[in-house]
Parts: sequence; C-alpha cells; structure tokens
Amino acid sequence: MLELENITKVYKAGQTEVPALRGISCRIESGEMVSIIGPSGSGKSTLMNIIGCLDKPTSGKYRLEGIEVDRLNDNQLAEIRNKKIGFVFQSFNLLSRTTALANVELPLIYSGASNRRQRALQVLESVGLAHRVTHRPSELAGGEQQRVAIARALVNNPSLILADEPTGNLDTQTSREIMLIFKQLHEQGMTIVLVTHEPDIAAYTQRTIKLRDGQIEASE
Amino acid sequence: MKLWDCFSTALRALLGNKMRSALTMLGILIGVAAVIAVLSLGSAQGALVEESFATLGANLIYVMPREAGVMGAGVGEATLTVGDAEAIARHAPSVARVAPTAQTYALVIAGREKLNSLIAGVTPEAEWVDNYAVARGSFITESDDRARSRVAVLGSEVAETLFGQMDPTGQSIRIGGRQFQVIGVLESRGTGFGVEDLRVYVPLSTFYSTLAASQAGSSGNTIDSISVQVGSSDGLESAMEEITAILQDRHRIREGEGDDFRVISMEAMAVQVTQVMGILQLVLAGIAGISLLVGGIGIMNIMLVSVTERIREIGLRKAVGAKRRDILIQFLVEAATLGLCGGALGVCLGWIIVKIMSVIATNAGFAFAATLPGYAIALAVSVAIFIGLITGLYPAIRAARLDPIESLRHE
Repeated sequence: MLELENITKVYKAGQTEVPALRGISCRIESGEMVSIIGPSGSGKSTLMNIIGCLDKPTSGKYRLEGIEVDRLNDNQLAEIRNKKIGFVFQSFNLLSRTTALANVELPLIYSGASNRRQRALQVLESVGLAHRVTHRPSELAGGEQQRVAIARALVNNPSLILADEPTGNLDTQTSREIMLIFKQLHEQGMTIVLVTHEPDIAAYTQRTIKLRDGQIEASE
Repeated sequence: MKLWDCFSTALRALLGNKMRSALTMLGILIGVAAVIAVLSLGSAQGALVEESFATLGANLIYVMPREAGVMGAGVGEATLTVGDAEAIARHAPSVARVAPTAQTYALVIAGREKLNSLIAGVTPEAEWVDNYAVARGSFITESDDRARSRVAVLGSEVAETLFGQMDPTGQSIRIGGRQFQVIGVLESRGTGFGVEDLRVYVPLSTFYSTLAASQAGSSGNTIDSISVQVGSSDGLESAMEEITAILQDRHRIREGEGDDFRVISMEAMAVQVTQVMGILQLVLAGIAGISLLVGGIGIMNIMLVSVTERIREIGLRKAVGAKRRDILIQFLVEAATLGLCGGALGVCLGWIIVKIMSVIATNAGFAFAATLPGYAIALAVSVAIFIGLITGLYPAIRAARLDPIESLRHE
C-alpha cells in the first residue's frame, strides 16, 4: 500500500544543510492503523508531509499504491492528494465563512465530481453531523469541527487518512470520541496514519513507529 | 475546477467582506462612469452639430460686436448699426439675405402672467435667414415693419408661459408698458445654439420706436447681431471677406487695428462648440484614466491583502487537491469580479451623470440628445474586467506559488 525506501530530507538554511530525515524505510499495509510518534524535531512532521505528498524527499523512493510518487510533478501530486489522501489537521483548517457542507464539498470541487452535495451529506451523516450541515465552523464545537474535517478527508474515498495531532486541540472526552471514529474507519478497512506525541492516542493504533533524530528508532 | 465553481467561490469571498469589496470597486466605478460620460458626450456632440446644421443651414454667417457672446445676446458695446446691415445687403454680391436683430430685456405682461423676456427686433427676412417655423398665425411682414405696427410673435416657451394651452394669436400683451397684439407663435426649436424659444419678436422699426427708447444710453440704430444667408455654400468664404471689408470700411478701421466686430460662420460656431466639448471630454477622459489606474492599484492592493489573509485557506485548498492553476484562477476571477461589479455600477453612475448634464444643457438652450451606445457599455465593462484581471494577476500568481506546507503552518 505504502512503501518508503531510504527516504532522506535535507533542508537548506542559508549555507548550512539541516538533515530532517536520514534514511527512513518502512511499509504500511492496506487497512493498517499506524501511529508515528517522536519528540519535536524528530522529523515526524517532515515524514508526514512526504507521506501526504505535500513535500518531496531529497532522496529515496516512495511508492503509494504502486505509484512512484517521488517522480511526480506538482500537478500530479495535487491530484494524488485529492484522490488518494484525506488530511485531518490539529487545528481543523476549515474555511470559516462557509458551511460544514461546503467545507466537505471542497475536495470534490477540485476533482470535478458531480452530485457533490449528495456525497458530502452522506459522509457528514456517517460522522454523525447530519443535523449540523448548514452551520458554519464558528457555530460548531471543537469536536464537531474535527468531525467536519474527517468528513472532508473521507469525501473522495481516499486510500489513506493522514491525521496530524487530530486531538491536539480537543479535551479528553472529545478526543476519545474522535478516536472512536478513527477506530470505526479502521474497522471498515481504511488505512490510517496518525502523527502524535501523546502515548494515549498512539495506544489506539496497532503499530507505532518511533522517530528520533530523523531515523526510525523502533516500530512495534 | 469548473468556471461556475470559481465564480461562486469568488462571490462568496467578496460578499464575506462587503464593505471592503465596495470600497475597492469605487475607483473602477468612477473611472467607468467617466468613460461612459465621455463616450456618451461624444455621441451627443456629433448629434448636436449635425442638428444645428440641419435646422440653421450650413451657409449662415453671423456678424456680432467683438465683445458679444456665442449666443448672440449683446453683452458688450453695440458697434453694429442698421446701416451696416443695409450696406452688407447692398454691396456684398455673395450674400443672399440679411437679417439684423436688436435685443433688449423687457417685462411682458399677458393678463395676470408676467415674464421678463428677451425682446428681439427683427425684419421679415429673419423668418428665412434664421429659419423660423411659424406654428400659429404668421411672422412679421414687410408692412408690419414699414408701419411700425405694435405686433409680436412669441417663441414657443414664452407662449406657453404666458398663455398655457390657450391660442395666443389675436391676444393683447404689454411689452415694456406698451400694448402689442400677438400675431403668431413659433414652433419650438429646442435646439441649436440660440434662445429662439425664449424670445418675443417684434418688427425692428417698432423696436426702435417703442422699446429702444427706454434702453438707457442706446443711440437709436444699433443692433446686436446680423444673420447673413449666403447664396450657396461655395460663396461662404468670399461672403465673409466681403462683409469684413464692408464693415472695416464703414467703421473706419485702419490697417493693423483690431476689428470691433466679428464675422463667424455657422460652421466655425459648430467648431467652437466642438472644441469646448472636446476639452470637456478630454478632462473627463483624464479623470477616467486616473480613476481606472487608481482603481486598478486598489484592486491589486486588496487582492494582495486578501492573499496574505487567506494563506492558510490557500494551503488547505492545495492540500485537498487544488492545483496552482486552480488557485490562480480563483484569485483572478475574484479580481475580475471586482472589476465587473465596479464596471456595471460605473455604467449606471455614468448614465446618471449624462442624464443630469443633458437636463442642464437643455435648460441652457442646447439640444443635447445624449445616448448611451451599446458598444460604450460593452467597452467600459470590458475595460473594467480587463483591469481587474491585469491587477489581479500578480496577487494571484503569488497565491498560486505558495508552498502548501508553510501555508498550512501560517498563523
């Protein structure tokens, strides 16, 4: 499903080169629920950006469903993100002036799908927000906002859900609810990668990849 | 991304900030309004000149004292006399007809209605030379002039003011305290450079015997203007030279001295008016240019602010699959929509300005049929959209080039 082979990433800060990832190799199988943990500066954000096709590795190979992603250009990457990856962010990243429904429809606009409304309503219902579709993000509680974001991630039937600290802005009770949604999705066969620094959250996943100094310390 | 989606996204963004969008449109709005006014005035000017030629004839020459205004109403020293008019009629071979006019203001009373009106003393030739059309009754005749009859012909507006819907012919009126009989009413001209509708016409001889005496300091035979009809338009140049020579001789104007009169053809008057309107158009065009430039800068400025404010939104859009092109188009459409709305409102404002100017000009005695040609609307709105696109391009390119990772992290 997802295969990283000796991935490195080097950032240039003026004259000096700062390595963020130093040879990451791992596989994530279809239907797996994996967490990536590590202290800040360990390279987990960089790794997530590469897995999410937002960034390209400096060297190494990345195959997503057999596609050699590291060879694609910007437009092709945009298409991959649109069709194959669903993002869930710590700060939700909803468009504040538009309704929950319009937020969920957004990826469908870029994929040129028809019957967008119907599809968006369907996923909103699946995350339990059928009654809140016309509300704007500011009118929704944090947990509800994150559910809208999850619905948006799901709307294009992606192969992979990539969640970056999805419970970082939520209280314990709400975090549990959100994690239960991820768990349900996993039980339905969705591949999920969670980036977090909270062991509690990592505990929901089957496998944890521990990063330290741009390398995989442990994978268990 | 489909075009309609771009458009609805742009509209939503603009409506989300109504005040700012409205203010941003203002520059384009004023610029387009000025463009509309320029184009509309251009069409009105052409029509005005054409119509003046049609109603007054191209082979007409006016002779006026040097200080006189364009309208022919005496404002300076009267230097022309009836003798000058007679000399032109007798000695200028290219001239067909001569119609001298003397004018003064006097109180006109009909029953209870009073009106301080311009009284014109004219000869029967005026009907032909100045091309007056009689709506009711008749114009002043040879015998009226010879007998110094107390008869008057009313301009259409004067007739309406004094008599309303009633037929004034045969009625008595008092002009400057003396009794006159109305023998005719002119058809409304509502056009040309003159004040024809606003005057009362009396025989020139009667004018001197009754009204001119009350005119302080006037010495009997002075007149305010002479209208000269040339036999054929080919003779226009030679007629003007003949008239100038005759008057210089009569007024004893030596070589090198300035004339105390002006000889001006209808054509030259049309040119004068065209020049005045040309300057007006130039000023408006300048306003249009500057406003459009400032409006364009305004759009660019606001679009740059908008891009900066929405960096996270751009990052998010890219993360969920927006290509560079999609972001570029989104912001371009937004800028173009600002231009379009400003342009559309500008057309409305421009049309209102033209309407107001028409009313003012009509009241001042100009025929002013300003129209708003379809091409003018299309041109103005296209220019507005074009400016939106041009000035929106740089902000849109900046938005499209944003890196999704950094944008998502942006606070």
